[in-house]
Amino acid sequence: MRPPALRNPFAAKPLPEQPDIEAAALRSDRFRLEREGDWRRLEQIVRRLERGSIRRLSDEDIVDLPVLYRQAASSLAVARETSLDAATLRFLEDLVTRAWYQVYGPRVGLFRWLARFLGGDWSRAVRAIWLDIVLAFTAMAAGVAAGWLLVARNADWYFTLVPGAMAGGRVPGASRAELAETLATGSDAGGLSAFAAYLFYNNATVCILAFALGFAFGVPTLMLLIYNMAMLGAMAWLFASVGLLPEFLAWLSVHGTTEFAAILLAGAAGVHVGRNMAFPGEASILSATAEAGQRAALVMLGCVFMLVFAAVLEAFPRQLAGFEARIVIGAFMLLVWLSLFVLVGRKGSLDRGDTA
Amino acid sequence: MSDAARSLDSKRRRQIVTPEGVPLGVTVATRGSRLMALILDYTIIVLSLIAFSIALLLIGINLETLDSIDNSGGEFLVVLFFVGIFLMLNGYFVFFEMGPRGATPGKRMVGIRVAARPQGEAGERLTAEAIIARNLLRQIEIFMPLSFFSGASDAGAGPAWIAGSLWFATFMLFPFFNRDGLRAGDVVAGTWVIEAPRRKLAEALSLAQPHTETSARTYRFGPEELEVYGEYELQSLERVLRDGDDKTLEAVHQAIVRKIGWQAGSGDEREFLESFYTALRAKLEGDLRFGQRKADKYSAREGGPPR
Repeated sequence: MRPPALRNPFAAKPLPEQPDIEAAALRSDRFRLEREGDWRRLEQIVRRLERGSIRRLSDEDIVDLPVLYRQAASSLAVARETSLDAATLRFLEDLVTRAWYQVYGPRVGLFRWLARFLGGDWSRAVRAIWLDIVLAFTAMAAGVAAGWLLVARNADWYFTLVPGAMAGGRVPGASRAELAETLATGSDAGGLSAFAAYLFYNNATVCILAFALGFAFGVPTLMLLIYNMAMLGAMAWLFASVGLLPEFLAWLSVHGTTEFAAILLAGAAGVHVGRNMAFPGEASILSATAEAGQRAALVMLGCVFMLVFAAVLEAFPRQLAGFEARIVIGAFMLLVWLSLFVLVGRKGSLDRGDTA
Repeated sequence: MSDAARSLDSKRRRQIVTPEGVPLGVTVATRGSRLMALILDYTIIVLSLIAFSIALLLIGINLETLDSIDNSGGEFLVVLFFVGIFLMLNGYFVFFEMGPRGATPGKRMVGIRVAARPQGEAGERLTAEAIIARNLLRQIEIFMPLSFFSGASDAGAGPAWIAGSLWFATFMLFPFFNRDGLRAGDVVAGTWVIEAPRRKLAEALSLAQPHTETSARTYRFGPEELEVYGEYELQSLERVLRDGDDKTLEAVHQAIVRKIGWQAGSGDEREFLESFYTALRAKLEGDLRFGQRKADKYSAREGGPPR
């Protein structure tokens, strides 16, 4: 027996009156009438859940939801074998499907999900794609080397690799003083936050693109990485040619350790998807791709976080801080990311299964 | 429903098995409804982006009259602008599909939702990662070709347009080359888009007779009269009765009367059909309990003892 409860004025309307069960001629109708009240109650609960007003559900409803769901599922199984009332069958089928999504849906709030994501899921996903990170890193290193060597052979390559807009004053033949000027510390932060927002938007789009291109077996992703890194290699050669390489690296490392890590991860995520499509192993292509895609999506979400960091670093410390401070910030960020990926969440298992 | 439409519909039917072992039928959404949902969603996005920009501009102009745009207020608006665009383009789908309905407003309007594609038989739960993955792929499906088109104005307009159109066509036609209508994002994320009907429980026809006392006794059907029809005819009759169109009722009445060899009366079609429906259902359900199913009027009874 339930204790009598205070009636909530906003609670649902009482259920409609039941017709007399005994009067029903057909056995399947009696079956339906006996359970109809529970079905309607389940439908009401599910409708509220779908509307997202979980707080307005009473404790009683939440406790009863799994029970009502299982009852409806078994009613459906029985009705399929005993009833020919098409309307009832269709209703039950829809109801059980809808309730199934609610009972077995991802019932984790955004914030709890984020906490779990930062507290281990992300790091585990990154560790799980280590092989692809190695591949992507190789491609990036090869890109830098290629850019350097090409420009060292023939300085004309520089204009092919570095688009005019990116180059600014940094072109071959520029004097040491001019190049040093491009690395100089700015005097104030005016306009920098807008610049940061633009950089974030741009970099995030490139990262998502690198990931999405993995869909073509990962080849375009690797090409994108090589091309972008060739640009870096060409610039590095330019500064090295006038003896400014350490300053250039310091200037770059402030945000670069974060940004290149993010690009590396995004590329690796793309390669991961492509590699699993090309070599699905025991599983079917579709399921291997789906599994890889979900793991890669976790990595990608982390990339977006890293890019927000990178953009802020790029706009402020890079333009304002001096040589030593730049090196320290860059190395520190690198250390933070590395320890996050290597150390966090070692205890939990990678298999997410039912914890989702 | 014509036979062709029925077979098309059954082509889109799939089965998933819940953890309780109850098989559930789901219907894969049509490609047309998905396109419609996409158009609706992008209309919403574009309209809100325009509203967002206008709002920022109005605020910006006010700030400018107060001070110069170079100050931190104007700059803050530019930051807001970029973050807003990024969130709208990438976050809109993720936010709504992660909700309890698993559908964006556009999808909800056309009555479809995202669900996890069962790997094997058992139904799976839809995870946040799957939703993020399926929506990141929109970047190459939709925005990549757009960048081809916008880049086309500078140089080499012809090739860029061709490349862009080919790219666009490849991903737009992707759903036509697999059974479940998956787009590239669905493949990578392990999801599919299915119909999400929300039916109300209709009144039971066999109960909805206020005048049972008079009519149920007027018509009595013998076993040989109920023998002629099967489940398919019963369900058609149910549909006709629920629609309640007088002309159809009359036609069906005539057909049934002819089939069972009675004399056609008139003026009492509805009651005749309702009692026939109840009697036929009682008969077929009675047979069901003995494990005998009769699919339609052409089929012999299945599972019964040989006769």
